[in-house]
Formats: sequence, structure tokens, C-alpha cells
Amino acid sequence: MGRYVIRRLLQMIPVFIGSTFLIFLMVYALGDPVAAMFGDRAPDPATAAQIRRDLYLDQPLWKQYPHYMGQIFQGNFGIAFNGRPVTELMSSAFSVTLRLTLVAIVLEMVVGIALGVFSGLRRGRGIDTTVLVLTLVVVSVPTFVSGYLLQYVFGVKWEWAAPTVALDAPLGQLLLPGLVLALVSLAYVTRLTRTSIAENARADYVRTAIAKGLPRHRVITRHLLRNSLIPVVTFIGTDIGALMGGAIVTERIFNIHGVGYQLYQGILRQNSPTVVGFVTILVLVFLIANLLVDLLYAVLDPRIRYA
Amino acid sequence: MRGAVRAKWAVCAGVLALVATACGGGTAGPGGSAVVSASWGDPQNPLEPANTNEVQGGKVLEMLFRGLKRYNPGTGAAENVLAEKIETTDAQHYTVTLKRGWTFSNGEKVTAKSFVDAWNYGALLDNKQKNAPFFQYIDGFDKVHPDSGSATAKTLSGLRVKDDHTFTVALNQKFSSWPDTLGYSAFMPLPQTFFRDHAGWLAKPIGNGPYLVDSYAKGSVLKMRKWTRYPGSDPAQNGGIDLRVYTDNETAYTDLQAGNLDLVDDIPASQLKNVRADLGDRYLNTPAGIIQTLTFPMYDPRWSKSGTAQVRRGLSMAIDRGQITKEIFQHTRTPATDWTSPVLGVKGGYKPGLCGEPCEFNPAKARQLIKDGGGIPGGRTTITYNADTGSHKDWVDAICNSINKTLGDDKACVGNPVGTFADFRNKISAKQLTGPFRAGWQMDYPLIQNFLQPLYYTGASSNDGKFSNPEFDKLVNQANAAPDTRQAVAKFQDAERVLAREMPAIPLWYQNGSAGYSERISNVRLNPFSVPVYNEITVG
Repeated sequence: MGRYVIRRLLQMIPVFIGSTFLIFLMVYALGDPVAAMFGDRAPDPATAAQIRRDLYLDQPLWKQYPHYMGQIFQGNFGIAFNGRPVTELMSSAFSVTLRLTLVAIVLEMVVGIALGVFSGLRRGRGIDTTVLVLTLVVVSVPTFVSGYLLQYVFGVKWEWAAPTVALDAPLGQLLLPGLVLALVSLAYVTRLTRTSIAENARADYVRTAIAKGLPRHRVITRHLLRNSLIPVVTFIGTDIGALMGGAIVTERIFNIHGVGYQLYQGILRQNSPTVVGFVTILVLVFLIANLLVDLLYAVLDPRIRYA
Repeated sequence: MRGAVRAKWAVCAGVLALVATACGGGTAGPGGSAVVSASWGDPQNPLEPANTNEVQGGKVLEMLFRGLKRYNPGTGAAENVLAEKIETTDAQHYTVTLKRGWTFSNGEKVTAKSFVDAWNYGALLDNKQKNAPFFQYIDGFDKVHPDSGSATAKTLSGLRVKDDHTFTVALNQKFSSWPDTLGYSAFMPLPQTFFRDHAGWLAKPIGNGPYLVDSYAKGSVLKMRKWTRYPGSDPAQNGGIDLRVYTDNETAYTDLQAGNLDLVDDIPASQLKNVRADLGDRYLNTPAGIIQTLTFPMYDPRWSKSGTAQVRRGLSMAIDRGQITKEIFQHTRTPATDWTSPVLGVKGGYKPGLCGEPCEFNPAKARQLIKDGGGIPGGRTTITYNADTGSHKDWVDAICNSINKTLGDDKACVGNPVGTFADFRNKISAKQLTGPFRAGWQMDYPLIQNFLQPLYYTGASSNDGKFSNPEFDKLVNQANAAPDTRQAVAKFQDAERVLAREMPAIPLWYQNGSAGYSERISNVRLNPFSVPVYNEITVG
């Protein structure tokens, strides 16, 4: 197990360097950010040159990237163009988005797996068909449609929930946006679980377990569910990163000042320290989530760790 | 009270049901403090007077500061505030006398030094202030802010403090309407603490306006409260303003509808159709000092050779402004017939119809002019715009459609989207564009000079098309040297007629400011800069 973990950790290094460099390249290719800082008017050349020198933007790209990475490893993510340290932006944005993601993941896991097990065990019956049709509808509706719709219905029309989230983003207010964010993944989790359960329900070891006279709930939780969860765990693991990065739409709709919002602002204003800094962290989140998934695999199915 | 609030939060956090999300976020707490909540966009730069060049930061400075002059929220006229008088005999050397009794909200007196220090700070290249060019008319600007290299002086030689309440300004050229530019936020005074503890000041700015900063959570909310000892004649009529940063103007509008927000000063384009039904009288749609144009790249030889002026006039006549402002903008724009803005008023230099025939829709004449001028250079043209904000695609496509229909050629004009605003600006400054591009000009101060000189004078700071015309330059110089406003305006309008002939930029439409507000507040209006006059808003 130890060697497996080390090997996985070493694999993360080239991925980290490669992905951050690509992001750096892309933001750089968008052009000179200083031009946009002056709004619709032409920048004063002397001031612009001074700002460029300050931000290390007057150097060629091959010098900028090592310079930037060097700073990152010292914990310095630079200053966003509005004068705030990027680390300050991150600490506020990531804590909010993390909470939103957690709400989404919990909803996804609890509701998704429960629905999946429920319909998987009743394959082909009315309840199963209903769940399948519902998930199909959910998957085919884009997030911004469901977002605005639920916001309007629950927030403005019925006033059950606040239509927008307050600045400190209390957990209660994150339920609705969390649901919107989770909706599509939730449908996938349901379908994955359902298929997996339906398949394994006919497996030999389940028949054996039933034949041994084990109680039904034990058969389901210990034997059936444990083996059926592997594809679901993979999906949820990779989904953590995707949800954090993909919260742009949801955060905009519900006025949540999280990662998605900061990234969106950063890209709009071509604020390279913000964009690269946030994406770097997101890359790390992805990598760690993937690592955890792989390790969980090894726990769920001991055969994997010897591979 | 505090405990009660905390208990409410605890209940909210505890009950994990959708219903619980109804807690919190509201502004109309018990006790009904007269604080107005308003939507806000995260300002692009730190909040410093000489570093703020966009509307979001500008509206805060308008609440926190008062300068020598202020633009009347109704008429746009520059009126003395801190200035007792600004005197000159030659339109080039000015003596500024301050009123007594003004202080900053921390008690420090506002003196001549407060202004001179602030202006020197704003002009100095080392401080990288984005509004530095506003000090370019003051003697010595080339020393503190050279075009290249580093500054050779720390202070502007044209500024002299005479005593606590008097200072003199020497300009490097005649500029009779210079005093009227002093209402712009770059010219606000700064307290000594700004220079002593810059970081502390940025965290919680201190000014001399009707409001003071209560707390500032950057990127989320700026809470301002009425400064009760404000000495000016326009104190706040409400207890304070909470500016809340919204991720999106759609979201702000939703919050307004749900009763969580009092004031939205940017109605989303998609809601313009419903806004009358939603808000009735509480929807404002008033002219602002913003004009949209299509600017031609005059640096491109194909657009500057003889005959192309006719083509440019022809293109202008091929655009059906009336229909586009009605269909696409729902009357939040007005077809432009000159290069200024209605907010200047006729006295200030706005002259409807000055452009004349070239700005009227006339397909037959347009065809004729374009044909006589040798046709569109290259046979077809593109209109470049940035696609990331402002839904520019809609109207650019509509203009192209109008041109194509006029010319009977489906390919005569196509839109050319550029991904980001930054890239769009890059392409403009690098002179890479070969066809007309969108340009928007939001005035800095309500003067006709501000609509013409920065945009069309040879080598001027925002002359993106690199238009250069000796006759135009001469008329602008004469206008600036004119002894009184009336004569200056007449000269500027003569200069404008040069634009009508040469058409380096096609005037499209004047933009309105739009706002909506809740039933809780009243007395809301927009100033000529399309910013709400916050201090006049009353609650209840």
C-alpha cells in the first residue's frame, strides 16, 4: 500500500506542472491585461509600462512562468489587479465554494445512492421507470435553466428560500444552490448505482449470501452495496473537482462570491494572478480527489492494490 | 438584540430544510434603520481618487468626497463646493480660494495642502495612478510623468500653496473651462493619513463627503453611514448606504423583486421588456453622458485615402438607428445626431441635428455616397467588438444587417467578435484593426470639450482611430482659449462640423442610465453620469 501511495504521489508532479503551464500559457495568450485596466479609454503609456514592470509582465513568457511558480512555492500567489492579495481572495472564495460543494456532494451521495438502490432493487417496475425518466429530464436540463427556475419558484414566487445567498453564505441558504449544482451529478449517481445494483443483485455471491439466510438489510449493505459502489465512488471523487470549478453558473445565479465568481471576474478582466492562482488550487483539488478515489478503490477492492 | 440575532442564525443553521433558507439576508430588520441597500459591482482598482476610472469606484468617491466643484445632479453644471472662488485673468494662471470650515471625517482640516498633495500624488508616475493624465494641463506634468523613463521631479511645478486657504495653479496652455473639470473625482482632496498610512486608508477610506465608511469587506459589501457633522449643503437624507457586490445584474434584479434590495442601478437587458410591468414608476430611464460610436481606423491607408470620407458618411447613412434603438434597446438609447450628449444641455454644447444628413437613415443616398467614394475598401468590412460583456453582438449584427440591406450585398458587413475586452483593447492600441470598431465614451465631466478633445484631437489620449485633422485641432485650440463658455462652445461646435464632414467616427446613439428601486425608498434619481444621487434618497 505504501509503495502504491508514493507512486501515485510522484505521478502528480508532472501533471501539476503541465496543467499549470498550460493555464499560464492560455491566460498569457489572451493578450496584455494592462490594456483592459483602463476601461474604454486608451491607457497612458508611461503608467501602463510602470504597472507592467511591477507585475513582471514586461518579461518574456519563459521567464514569467518560472518566476511565478517560484513565488507560488513561497506561498505568494501575487496581487490581483484590484490591489488585493490573491491568497485573500482564495481564502474567502474557497471556503464558500467548499461549503457549497459539500452540500452538493452530500445531496448527491445521500439522495443519489438511495434512489439508485431503491430503483435498482425494483428493476423494471413502475418506480424504476419513474426514476429513470426523472433523471433523464434532469440530465437534459442545463444548470442555468434549472437554477433560474428554482430560484424564481422557491425564492421569488413562493418565498420559501432566499433567492440569493448572503455574503457569509450560511449553510441553510446554500441548500437551494447546492441542489442546483448537484442536480445533474445526482442523476448520474442514481443511474450508476441503479445499474450497478441491478447487475450485482443477480451475482453468485449475493445468491450465496441469501442462501446462507443472512437478513436482507445485511445482504444489501454489506455485500451488494459495497461491491456496487466502486463506479459510483469514482464518479463522485472526480466530481468534487468538477463541481468546484463548474460552480460558475450556479454562483452567478445565486450571488455566491466563491471560486466560480472569482474565476469569472478574473477571466473577464484578464486578471492573470487570480486565474492562474485559482486554477492551480483547483488542479491540486482534482489531483488530491483522484488520489483519494484510487486509495478508496484499494480499500473497497483489495485486488487493486496489488496491481 | 444581538443575542436574538445570533439565536436566529443558530435556528437557521440548525434546521436543515429548504424552508430555513428564508432566514437572514433581509435588510428591513426590526427598528427599520434608514439604511438603503444598493447593488454594486466590484471596483476594478483600489478606491483612490486618482486611480478610479470606472463607474463602480466612481460612485463611492461621489459619496465619500467633495471637491472644489461638483456637477449638479440635475443640470450637470459645475458648481462651487469647497471652492470659494477660482480666479484667472488669462485662462492659464488660476488662483483657487477655499471655503473655511471644511474638515475630513477624521477631524483633519481641508486646506490648500490637502489638494496640492493629492494632485501631486495623482500625477507622479511612481504612484501608477490611472487618472494621472487628468493633471496633464498643469505645469511640470512632463517632469513628474514623462512619456518614458522615470520621473525627474516629485511635484508639479505649476502648483503653489500660498496659505491654508489659497493655492495657485499654472497651466501649460490656455484652458478657459479648466475650472469646470475640477468636479472630477481625480481632483478630490486627501487627508494626511492617506500618505502616512496608505494601506490603512485603502482598507477604510477617509474623505470629506456626506458619508463615512463604516466597514468595507472588499469584494462583498461596503457599508457607508451618514456623517452627521458633514458641513456641506447636501447632507445625506438617509442613515447610510450599503453597497452590495452582485455577481450578476440579473441576480440583483431578482433580489430587488424579492424585496431583499432597495436599489438596482443597472437593469439587465433581458428584463427591459418586463421592467415597466414589474416596477411601474419605480423604473428610471434617463439620459446619461455616454455616447456609442463606430470608430474608423484612420491609421489604415485604405480608410484614409481620398474619397473614403464619403464612404464613411455613406455607411453612417445606411444605419437605421431609430429601429435598432427601439427593437434592441427598448428605448434605453436615443439615436445620436451629434458627437456629444443631451446631458450637456443646449447651453453646454449639445446640439441636436448638428451632424445633419450624414446621421440620418437614407439608403438611396448611402448607396450613392459609397459608390462615389470608390466603394467600401476591400469590398467588405467588419465591425469589431468584444463579446464578453454588454451584449454588443446584438446591435453590431443589426447594424451590419442594415448596411447589407442598403447595399443589397449579404457580405458587405459582418461582425467580428473578440473574446475578451482586454484583447479588444490590445488590438486597438496595437493598431491591428482594419475596419470600424465599437467605441463607447462615458464623459469624465459634463463639458463639450470632454466629448471632442480626448477622442479626436491629434495624438490625444483616447484617439483610438488616430484621427488627425489640422482644422479640427485649430478649432479646439481656439475653443480652449476662448474667454467665455458661450464662445468656447461655438468653436467646439465648429470643430464638430469637421467631424460631420470627415466622419472619423459614426455617432450611433446616446445611452440612458437605468435604475429600479423598491417601495421602501423614494426620491431616487440618476445624475448625468447615470449614477444614483444616493445622498438624496429617503427611506419610508
